[in-house]
Amino acid sequence: MADLHLTIDNSTDAERISVDAVLAPDARVVIHESERLVRGGMARKNDRRHLLLPALHALQADIGWISAGGLNYISDVLQVPPAEAYGVATFYELFRTEDPGHSDSTVHVCMDTSCHIAGAEAFAQALEADGKQVHRGPCLGQCERAPAQFVQGRGAADSVPADADNIASPGAFLSIQRAAGDTGGLRLLANVGVVDPTSLVSYREHGGYVALEKALSMGGQAVIDEVRLAGLTGRGGAGFPTAIKWQGVADEQGRPKHVIANADESEPGTFKDRTLMENDPFALIEGLTIAGVSVGAENGWIYIRGEYPLATTRLTNAIEQARTAGLLGVDVMGSGFDFDIVLHTSAGRYICGEETALLNALEGKRANPRAKPPFPQVSGLWGKPTIVNNVETLCNLPGILAHGVGYRLVGTERSPGTRLFCLSGHVANPGVYEVPQGTTLGEMIEIAGGATGSTRAILMGGAAGSFIDADQLDMPLTGEDTRERGTTLGSGVITLFDDTVDFVLLLTRITEFFKSESCGQCVPCRVGTTRQHEVIVEMGVRGSLSEERNTLIDDMALAMADASICGLGHTAAGAVQSAIRLGLIGSAL
Amino acid sequence: MNLHQTAVEREFGTQVTVKINGGDFTVDEGDTILTACTQAGIDTPTICYAENLTPVNACRVCVVEVEGNRTLVPSCSRPVEEAMVISTDSDRVKHSRKMVLEFLGTANDLSEAPQINEWSTEYGVDITRYAEGAERFDQPVKIQDNLYIRDYDKCVLCYKCVDACGEEAQFTFAIAMSGRGFDNRISTEFDVALPESACVYCGNCIAVCPTNALQFKTEFDLRQENNWREEEQTVTQTVCSYCGVGCNLELHVQDNQIVKVTSPADHEVTNGMLCIKGRFGWKYV
Repeated sequence: MADLHLTIDNSTDAERISVDAVLAPDARVVIHESERLVRGGMARKNDRRHLLLPALHALQADIGWISAGGLNYISDVLQVPPAEAYGVATFYELFRTEDPGHSDSTVHVCMDTSCHIAGAEAFAQALEADGKQVHRGPCLGQCERAPAQFVQGRGAADSVPADADNIASPGAFLSIQRAAGDTGGLRLLANVGVVDPTSLVSYREHGGYVALEKALSMGGQAVIDEVRLAGLTGRGGAGFPTAIKWQGVADEQGRPKHVIANADESEPGTFKDRTLMENDPFALIEGLTIAGVSVGAENGWIYIRGEYPLATTRLTNAIEQARTAGLLGVDVMGSGFDFDIVLHTSAGRYICGEETALLNALEGKRANPRAKPPFPQVSGLWGKPTIVNNVETLCNLPGILAHGVGYRLVGTERSPGTRLFCLSGHVANPGVYEVPQGTTLGEMIEIAGGATGSTRAILMGGAAGSFIDADQLDMPLTGEDTRERGTTLGSGVITLFDDTVDFVLLLTRITEFFKSESCGQCVPCRVGTTRQHEVIVEMGVRGSLSEERNTLIDDMALAMADASICGLGHTAAGAVQSAIRLGLIGSAL
Repeated sequence: MNLHQTAVEREFGTQVTVKINGGDFTVDEGDTILTACTQAGIDTPTICYAENLTPVNACRVCVVEVEGNRTLVPSCSRPVEEAMVISTDSDRVKHSRKMVLEFLGTANDLSEAPQINEWSTEYGVDITRYAEGAERFDQPVKIQDNLYIRDYDKCVLCYKCVDACGEEAQFTFAIAMSGRGFDNRISTEFDVALPESACVYCGNCIAVCPTNALQFKTEFDLRQENNWREEEQTVTQTVCSYCGVGCNLELHVQDNQIVKVTSPADHEVTNGMLCIKGRFGWKYV
């Protein structure tokens, strides 16, 4: 036993069985008497550290919380200092470190944007009146079903009640709003409701894995060139050119390399990646594999948020089927390339979607964003060259390789191809829509059945985006056009609010979201998001914002945007400032 | 001050030329912007930075403007690059530094952090302009033994104690960051008392604390009695006599009593770090 110090709290049989069930026999760290953790042990400790999150998940699911004894057991098995393991356990929304005092499942109710205006609080109260254990929390990625719930199972699998239809008939799930009108057909959503998402055979019958075969015969550099010609940009929010990111990793000498699918979709108003993963999981597996073989990466990871049980099931199944068919693992498709994918489940934390925070989360640390530079392309997962791409970005790859330059036939010159948009709030048919980039906001809303009520404002890009007036309907939906008008596409979020909405309450919730989702690492964001929320709460009481408070909001916004470490702080004031600008909040009633 | 003359005389390493506030300076490649600024005679406020720890760039008070960067950058950790154009006195820089200091002033008890208070005055901080009832960093003082106290009202979450306890010095890992957002706290596992934790009482966490949130019990008791008179204290340099490593000790003496023991951060043996014997084993004196 090394020199790790544990408290006297003992684990129970149930806790040990629970943890052992998720850790492979060789995951247990064996440190010999003569070994000091400082040198020999430290390397191996870090080697196993990424198993911390799965082990914590196991205790939470089976025992209902993470006790001191249970934490000690995990710390001992993985040789993680218990103070650090506790730091990780207390970081996540889905973990409890206090005995909940009951053995029921927990119903998480989303309190954010679309659910907020759809009566989330009343919904939560009704569930409580029904005897349910309710936890009010951040966006669950089901904005089209607002108000949304997610059931965190206790001794039972996690579930989303609204998934029942999809689970019952996986091959024909058509209730997603998939049509893009007469605009050149579907690419990303083409398989949805057509291909059986549980069947590799069905996926291949519809052209699946033709692209990977092509990629393997073209060679990595040719694929990167193709992606560059297609003009693919990231769909996670930042819109960075995918080929540049890839080229950076392809040119790096460090080994092994990693490619990661960022499936931690958590921006309020976003549910497109969930739709893709639930209904076309093989496309993500194929896309990630194409990314891997193109840059010469051996390891693929999918970091998926913990509130997506159906997507997790479908992806797990897809990975297994692909592996069995020789599409993953050693010698992929007989090409000589080795590539495999590990699915890693988060435990509820918006910040984990920030790419460097995601790296720390995968490594089993607190998901604090890292300073950049160095960028993940140079020093990513365990310090190795790493690509982090959004799910939708990766799902574009089979289409790009299949269509070649045809990919550019739709969309605009600077923003080619199609894009997924998540419409929710006061719109007739909330859902995920695929349209060519450059489609106007007005056309997009019409495709979704039009606005309901009299639209007062539209939130673009989610909580991290900004409000615009309803007179912006002529705005083409591209990164550059939205930027030009001082707003953003973000991850494709379009949330409509009619004139009955109490914007003071809405902004109170949005600022509370940022306050509670800040990782707390840097001062501008940790304190800034808190002070911003307090000013909005005070405004709710007073009814208006004084000149002094307006100045304070702007002062805080500038410091958060300028001095925060990551995008969470940079964008935390966008909704507030735009709401004031549009007169949605701030002026006397 | 023009660094150029002194820099070219250096014998080792590649050098780069950067522009700071309009002046050209030649510094070693791999140096941080903070080092370059210091060499250029420019004072930069820092809280989470320490010369004997790897920068975590968490406090953001040292931010500077670098041309071509959308946001400000932390000078403590960003390496200089050839032809970098740096500004340390622009309105943006002053604004963010002021806001960071202001934020800390609204959240923490900075009464025993004179250096931070000086910067707060310099940057024109006004902590009275916030919403009523602003949440503060309140916790009762933790007194769990006769060596340390932990007064987390004063804690600005700079990570220094965590890093000194962990991989930067002590490899004990008794404390870590826990919680989330504004409720982040430095804590042992399940917040157990220090004597039950992995703590070995090296006191290195106290040595690096910038706000006196972590204190020697001796200092805390004297402060409670209103009898802590730092200006009257003498500091005697000596070498620890417990083993042969040769750690330099600085004995802080008040009224003929040792009240605190430190070691110079730039000392080649200790880097400012000591063990329990050097730090606390002086009761026999």
